[in-house]
Amino acid sequence: MLSRVADSIYWLNRYVERAENIARFVDVNLNLSLDSPTGLTQQWEPLVRTTGDLDLFRERYGEATAETVIQFLTFDSDYANSILSCLRLARENARSVREIISSEMWEQVNLFYLMVKDASEAKHRLQLPSFFAEVKMASHLFAGVMSATMSHNEGWHFGYLGRLIERADKTARILDVKYFILLPSVNFVGTALDELQWIALLKSASGYEMYRKRQRRISPTGIAKFLILDREFPRSIQFCLLEAEQSLHAITGSTAGTWNNAAERTLGKLRAELDFITIEEIIQGGLHEFLDHIQIQLNLVGHKIFETFCALEPVKA
Amino acid sequence: MVGERAQNHLHCYQLQTGQFTYEVTVYHFSIERHFIVQFDQYDPGDFYDELFLAPGQPRPEAKLLIERINSLSMEELQQRQQAAQNALFKLGVTFNVYSDEQGTERILPFDIIPRIVSAREWEWLESGLKQRIQALNLFLTDIYSEQNILKDKVIPEALIYSATGFLKPCMGLKPPQGIWCHITGTDLVRDRDGQWYVLEDNLRCPSGVSYVLENRRVMKSTFPQVFSRVNIRPVDDYASQLLETLLNLAPAGLPEPTVVVLTPGIYNSAYFEHSFLAQQMGVELVEGSDLVVSDGYLQMRTTKGLKRVDVIYRRIDDVFIDPLAFRPDSLLGVPGLMEVYRAGRVAIANALGTGVADDKVIYAYVPQMIRYYLGEDQILPNVPTYLCWEPEQQQHVLHNLDKLVVKAAGESGGYGMLVGPHATPEQRADFAERIKAAPRNYIAQPTLCLSRVPTLFDDRFEGCHVDLRPYILYGKEIYVNPGGLTRVALKRGSLVVNSSQGGGSKDTWVVEE
Repeated sequence: MLSRVADSIYWLNRYVERAENIARFVDVNLNLSLDSPTGLTQQWEPLVRTTGDLDLFRERYGEATAETVIQFLTFDSDYANSILSCLRLARENARSVREIISSEMWEQVNLFYLMVKDASEAKHRLQLPSFFAEVKMASHLFAGVMSATMSHNEGWHFGYLGRLIERADKTARILDVKYFILLPSVNFVGTALDELQWIALLKSASGYEMYRKRQRRISPTGIAKFLILDREFPRSIQFCLLEAEQSLHAITGSTAGTWNNAAERTLGKLRAELDFITIEEIIQGGLHEFLDHIQIQLNLVGHKIFETFCALEPVKA
Repeated sequence: MVGERAQNHLHCYQLQTGQFTYEVTVYHFSIERHFIVQFDQYDPGDFYDELFLAPGQPRPEAKLLIERINSLSMEELQQRQQAAQNALFKLGVTFNVYSDEQGTERILPFDIIPRIVSAREWEWLESGLKQRIQALNLFLTDIYSEQNILKDKVIPEALIYSATGFLKPCMGLKPPQGIWCHITGTDLVRDRDGQWYVLEDNLRCPSGVSYVLENRRVMKSTFPQVFSRVNIRPVDDYASQLLETLLNLAPAGLPEPTVVVLTPGIYNSAYFEHSFLAQQMGVELVEGSDLVVSDGYLQMRTTKGLKRVDVIYRRIDDVFIDPLAFRPDSLLGVPGLMEVYRAGRVAIANALGTGVADDKVIYAYVPQMIRYYLGEDQILPNVPTYLCWEPEQQQHVLHNLDKLVVKAAGESGGYGMLVGPHATPEQRADFAERIKAAPRNYIAQPTLCLSRVPTLFDDRFEGCHVDLRPYILYGKEIYVNPGGLTRVALKRGSLVVNSSQGGGSKDTWVVEE
């Protein structure tokens, strides 16, 4: 298949997944602020910090308040990673491969974009929690429509790969939000407020119920383990890596556990690392440091995928 | 059956008289509407009407359709019109308007009253079109090789060399099977007296055929009864014919040649069509950046490495196709493609350089070409054309600007045009200056009174001016898709049918009597 087409399907899925996850972590923070005792102002800057675009934010908006951060992350059309921009880019990518994807997929991404665009134009009347819920649902719909209407061929696997890598990265960042929020108030660790915050975080990853079934008691270590190492929960980092690796091997045809190119090697290495590490080891080395490492490695995987499948250099005649 | 609904209402009226005064009035109103509408009030006026001979008297080939429409209520017709528009939008039959906001596409307004051409008339049109394409193709072969037609002084040499579409790098080109214009969309019009004329030959990359196919699909669900009772020639084999035409150009002996559609990208106004045709033919849709010249061949970048491309259906103007050979600022093309093309290692449809035959001044010489190359008289006439580079004709044009349509020779799409009778004195003066400054660039034609087809507006029919663009494929033989795109000028009284200038479209039926 054309490299550009593979790349577009990959990014179409990444952008849809990214929009969903931005909705998720803005939503965590909204939830947390509702549960915080009065007098303790909710921190919004950490949210921007996890995106890695803090400098840009400061330059554009100055102080981080609920209003400025939500505007920046949700509706700022000049910021490439806002929900609105993600959907615009997802739609552009979809449009460039309309003859390859199913028309239902195109319709869904188009509706999704129009929904967010309408919301951005009527944001004063907007109920934010229900808007974020709608964004999450629209993204699930897209994933479902793609799964049920497009042949699970090479293009499909590129799309799925993109979605999983994006999701793994964003789960790491959602966990990191909690880390940043905790930083200034270490005394809260282990208090009732702390537990509420962890529950809110689990909920933002749609993981609360599944977590309860697996571990029952809320504990930071338990939650970190669940979101990083669980092999069955679809938003855990390890689950994403396992599935991504399968799709990558479906594309190349190489045997599982072996590698023939840099993309397979980088992804396999990261997956294997998570196979054998324990949560205790992660905490010991520092959770934030570990999550940082995961994000760097995921960037590298993305880069290698592009290099392997899309950036081939022509032979000079 | 003059509307089941109307009869029901009449029934209600009788039953309820005297009892429900208010409702009676409402029903009465509603009955009147049902009886007034449809074609009873339609006046073809002093024009050639494609569906009517006279008020209340449909042409024989349109009779069944008119009867059917007359049997429907206005509400039903409006619903069907709306349903057809919605279907087209859902199918994504959209075009982008240049400079419009990102993420907004529109559908070409569609009218459910078709244009009908009788089979007998169609056969004559078809023979005329085939003759014309054959002559134009021989002209292109000649002009890029021997240039006998210049040596024999049938066409002045200076006109060729000054045509923007004449591409020097194409001299000596030998396209596969000697075919240059594989895909043509010839614009035809009909004047007040019913006479057909060729308005333009579009030999570069004519667009619009996706509307023909999708309009038809929608019309089948709009008037299924008419389709089952009238013998309407199907248009659906266009994509297969197009694929055959393209495969015909592939080097012999290749078991599975790779055909691609080359698009400028998603911001192009006709992007939907490019994607649609690629999908219908089951071939790759590529952009310039997907292609690269490597190892002396044209290759596309795939996830499994480079793959050779054998035939390109280009939807990019020829001068953008290779920045090394033509416009160096082009980002749409593929550097080095021209060399591969010259070496015969890739086929391009339409061939590069066909624009010279598209030039509006060269157009005026098509009747001479037909005589020169085929030894025949033209079947389909040209619109009488005044060439401003000839001093006498220029004088005539300048004195009659209020009666003529003036066109820039190298432009298309309804741009660079003066419609004399509708222009202001300032606009005419402006064009007079332009003509005197660059006479080679202008031609003038009498203002034709284009034929009309009834068109649905809110709750009535009005005659609207139309043209017709049939699509012709030159493969092993010449194929004319039966029908074509009927473009309709929806602005009242307007003669401009171009989609970028407020036009719409209709389905075109070739009907056996």
